[in-house]
Amino acid sequence: MSIKQISVFLENKPGKLSEMTALLAANNIDMRALSLAETNDFGIARIIVDDIYEAANVLRNASFISKFSHVLAFAVPDEPGGLNKLLNVFNEADVNIIYMYSCLGSNDPSRAYMIFRVTDTKTAEAALVAHGLKPLTQEEITEI
Amino acid sequence: MERYFQPEIECAPREEMIRLQNERLVKQVRRVWDNVPYYRKKMEEKGLTPDDVRSIDDLHKLPFLSKADLREAYPYGLMGAPLKDCVRIHSTSGTTGKRVVAFYTQHDVDLWEDCCARAITAAGGTAEDVCHVAYGYGLFTGGMGLHGGSHKAGCLTVPISSGNTDRQIMFIMDLQATILCCTPSYAAYLGERMKEMGYGPDDIPLKAGIFGAEAWSEEMRRDIEKTLGIKAYDIYGLTELSGPGVAFECSAQNGMHINEDHFIAEIIDPETGEVLPDGAQGELVFTALDKEAFPLLRYRTRDICTLTREPCPCGRTHVRMGKPKGRTDDMLIIRGVNVFPSQIETVLINNGYAANYQIIVDRVNNTDTLDVQVEMTPEMFTDDIGDIQKMQRTLVEGLRSMLGLSAKVTLVAPKTIARSEGKAVRVIDKRKI
Repeated sequence: MSIKQISVFLENKPGKLSEMTALLAANNIDMRALSLAETNDFGIARIIVDDIYEAANVLRNASFISKFSHVLAFAVPDEPGGLNKLLNVFNEADVNIIYMYSCLGSNDPSRAYMIFRVTDTKTAEAALVAHGLKPLTQEEITEI
Repeated sequence: MERYFQPEIECAPREEMIRLQNERLVKQVRRVWDNVPYYRKKMEEKGLTPDDVRSIDDLHKLPFLSKADLREAYPYGLMGAPLKDCVRIHSTSGTTGKRVVAFYTQHDVDLWEDCCARAITAAGGTAEDVCHVAYGYGLFTGGMGLHGGSHKAGCLTVPISSGNTDRQIMFIMDLQATILCCTPSYAAYLGERMKEMGYGPDDIPLKAGIFGAEAWSEEMRRDIEKTLGIKAYDIYGLTELSGPGVAFECSAQNGMHINEDHFIAEIIDPETGEVLPDGAQGELVFTALDKEAFPLLRYRTRDICTLTREPCPCGRTHVRMGKPKGRTDDMLIIRGVNVFPSQIETVLINNGYAANYQIIVDRVNNTDTLDVQVEMTPEMFTDDIGDIQKMQRTLVEGLRSMLGLSAKVTLVAPKTIARSEGKAVRVIDKRKI
């Protein structure tokens, strides 16, 4: 099951990221994962939150531009070669990764949780499942 | 069906119009000679007396007036009537640092309101209409001019003035306003806000808009027409000549008819001052034919446009002026290239962006830089940085082919470019020359 990520347009200027985090804080929205992609004048904050619809609403009401996209989340054993094993399965399933980042911590210290944006999420997901790799659901990612 | 406020004048045969103009010009030159020593001196310097002007064919002999003259003669030096006969003043915003104060007798107010009523009637305004006047009221001519015109056209007039957009929308919806008068940039903003509030073109009761006081592109017109579900009419004017209504668009939307019974238009070469034939592009010059308090002769507007006397399908016989490409004041010279903000607007709208933008010109290491700031929209935004950069590059290419020079395009967050309620501030020139 793919999960929903929110991408937020931000200007690349001091204070812009904290405008977004202040808004999420004020609305008691918890971030499970965050990554930033940047150019010289703008950037995209990609976040996984506990309540995506509430987050999308408060962002829109505050005039932020945001969009949902589908990403895959996996638990990776926190040991040497853990990620490599996972990526080998991606290779076998011929899945291309556009970008990836990791979650902000979890209750289980033996595992790391990672977010993958891949080309053609549906096909990629089916191929990965066929190779024995099952992504986390939206509920699971909010409970890690 | 085309409607006219004063059909006998608006559709008068050419010969009749010329006869009226001849008669009024001769009288006006005499009034100015007798009452305006500042202009009389200019005539004397050219060896002219009122007897040298017997018809409009002699108009070209008269000296020009420019904004510099207005500054020099400020505030009372160009008055054609005693102060006791004046009933009102208006003034420009002075954004360019050159404030103009213009005077009106009751006769001047009346002829100005007639001009505005012609514009409103041409846009379909009748006694059945609710006319929402969102131009600023006060010293600015926009509000009071269209207000008076709306009264004369018989519309129910809503003198809401500018500001408080949500209240504007409430009045438009609750009173079922049918005609909107404001600046084009404010019309675009109202449209944007109404869309956000969930009103589509079919929900909005407006049928026509009369937009002026700033340069706007054909693309922006189509955009506003689509969002608000209206027909958008252009209107032209200057405080120096009375205000909006010097010229206005008819249903043909193909140039603005100049109210020639009150204002004679000429196109001149801005360098040499030589009068150019119809169809040639040049600077627009106006002579107020029957204004009393502020009777400017051959006033240089700094607006660049063309004139045409081709017959218009609307039936009006008055000469039409093309949409000014922009004031010579608005024109930027960037790395030696002439750039009008309206050209940049055309590229933006053609590429699907909103007409809300800001142009920042600066000079870095002795080279001019041009930065066009555009707001990101929900429709344009994607999670893919590469796609967004591709859109930026497309815009840069579009600007290069339109302007012939390279510009930087900066995407900024929504609502960061200030919405104007009057004239939009499009250009920030930081160059210190």
